[in-house]
Amino acid sequence: MTGPNGHGQTLAEKVLARASGLDRVVPGQIIEGNVDLAMMHEQGAQTVAPFHQMGAEKVWDPDRVVIAIDHWVPASTEGAAVLHRILRKFAAETQLPHFYDVGRHGICHQILAENGWVVPGDLAVGTDSHTNMLGAMGAVATGIGPTEMAAVLALGRLWLKVPPTIRVRVRGRMGRGVTAKDLVLRILGEIKTTGATYKSVEFTGPGIEALSMPERFTICNMTTEMGAKCGVVAPDQKTFDYLAPIAKHAMHPLSADADAQYERTLDIDLDGMSPMVACPYSPDNVRPLEEVAREHVKVDQVFLGSCTNARIEDLREGAALMKGHQVAKGVRFIVSPASTAIYDQCLKEGIIQTFTDAGAVFTNSSCSACFGGNMGILAPDEVCASSSNRNFPGRMGAKEARIYLMSPAATVAAAIRGEIVDHRELL
Amino acid sequence: MKDVIEGRVWTLGKDVDTDGIISGKYLTIIDPNELKKHVFEIALPEFAAGARPGDIIVADENFGCGSSREHAPQAMKAIGVGAVVADSFARIFFRNAINLGLPTVEARGVRAIFEKGDVARIEMRAGRITNVRTGATVEFPPLPAHLLGLLEAGGLVEKVRAELAARKAGAAPTP
Repeated sequence: MTGPNGHGQTLAEKVLARASGLDRVVPGQIIEGNVDLAMMHEQGAQTVAPFHQMGAEKVWDPDRVVIAIDHWVPASTEGAAVLHRILRKFAAETQLPHFYDVGRHGICHQILAENGWVVPGDLAVGTDSHTNMLGAMGAVATGIGPTEMAAVLALGRLWLKVPPTIRVRVRGRMGRGVTAKDLVLRILGEIKTTGATYKSVEFTGPGIEALSMPERFTICNMTTEMGAKCGVVAPDQKTFDYLAPIAKHAMHPLSADADAQYERTLDIDLDGMSPMVACPYSPDNVRPLEEVAREHVKVDQVFLGSCTNARIEDLREGAALMKGHQVAKGVRFIVSPASTAIYDQCLKEGIIQTFTDAGAVFTNSSCSACFGGNMGILAPDEVCASSSNRNFPGRMGAKEARIYLMSPAATVAAAIRGEIVDHRELL
Repeated sequence: MKDVIEGRVWTLGKDVDTDGIISGKYLTIIDPNELKKHVFEIALPEFAAGARPGDIIVADENFGCGSSREHAPQAMKAIGVGAVVADSFARIFFRNAINLGLPTVEARGVRAIFEKGDVARIEMRAGRITNVRTGATVEFPPLPAHLLGLLEAGGLVEKVRAELAARKAGAAPTP
């Protein structure tokens, strides 16, 4: 459908028009958007002081606010314990019922996804940069800082500049051992870490329609590394089936008009695509896995975890590959599920046993080694193969440490062999 | 916010990420005066000891990429950074800095005209940055009125406080 002023609108434009009560919006326009869901993790502790300084007395809608602690769970330092206590006290005082505290916890984005907190058509904001992941629901979901969150809690809205949209059109089929992680790394290699700054990345085409919801979460998650304001996938039957039993509020499914205007279109063909690796020190320093494997990069630590790739499907795939093998001598392999629900599922399916039998450490759910502030810290010059999303200097500890980003299966293969290998050799 | 901001320059390259500004291990620190001791520990280790109030950060593309941590602009503000100028910014850093009232200017080509120790003069409304030592200038589109208003109010806290106070006054019965 074409709008009154000529061309149609992209998915992000439609969601933002809905959020601001306008018929249509155009890139560059500054709008005031009503927020459908606000999420805080530990950084939300810094929201409390500005909330009070603003003179706010109550939260605009406690049923639209989720708190999920994930970076230091259970608290690993006194500082983290204080952050958690500030959040608990704030939740009690302002009567926020949806607090995923220790024992019901998980990585905040996974908590939002598996509990149906973000649905098609929503404008969602969170105090973590990877909030983009929830765009896979057909929503605009984006990260904001804690002071901005204080304003959202007080007013229920925030200003946004309507982003231009990059369309990524995906066709073809992924080969054996190739995953959604490889697809998003491949796209990062094209768009680079600045290519989508302030922009929306809209994933379309048969290659996207074929992806499961967890796979869509993985690709939208790493639009953050492209600099994007949001990454979106139009809702379809898979979205509705995923959300039907869990959706917390009404869906408003939207999709781009046929004549929507895109700033640019990137075409990706999955046929013949290799598994990918992002080499130090940038997520866009992407090379085919088989090429990196030829350099026999020895690893000290392997991490299978993070909001990007620690869902049950990722851990099942990893465990299937792990079975019958051992973690190589001298390698520390850390496996951290993305939520407590996933942990429970791993327990039921024997996945935890498979990993621990092999000599891996299977931890409770948290952001774990991903961000270098809790556990699984790297010493100078150590090398880590990781299923997470960032490999900047110092991300997982020492600034000289080297992080290689890859799919869950590729991390397991690295743990088995003690070096970066093409996991397809083990399939 | 002053319309003309002048200060001594520290230079940085492109893709300075928030881990480079405030490392993940400091994220449980809430006190800005503690945080500032660790500002740029990875990206510019000599900065924290050598910084003077009013100093200006001049960086290349994609400054502040990475996490949503407000600790990054907060630590910069606490140590007295007068403004941060870059060829381009990552979006969350940009919002966080403006929300905290830290003048933030995106000016294409700005990194190329400065060396460490130069003095920069930023004219916020005219949209011009001058290297006082060399006379070189770069022009930029001034911030939209909406954002200049935020900086003028002293940041988002002040702006929302005024809005909530006005709402309260409006809702109260007139005597």
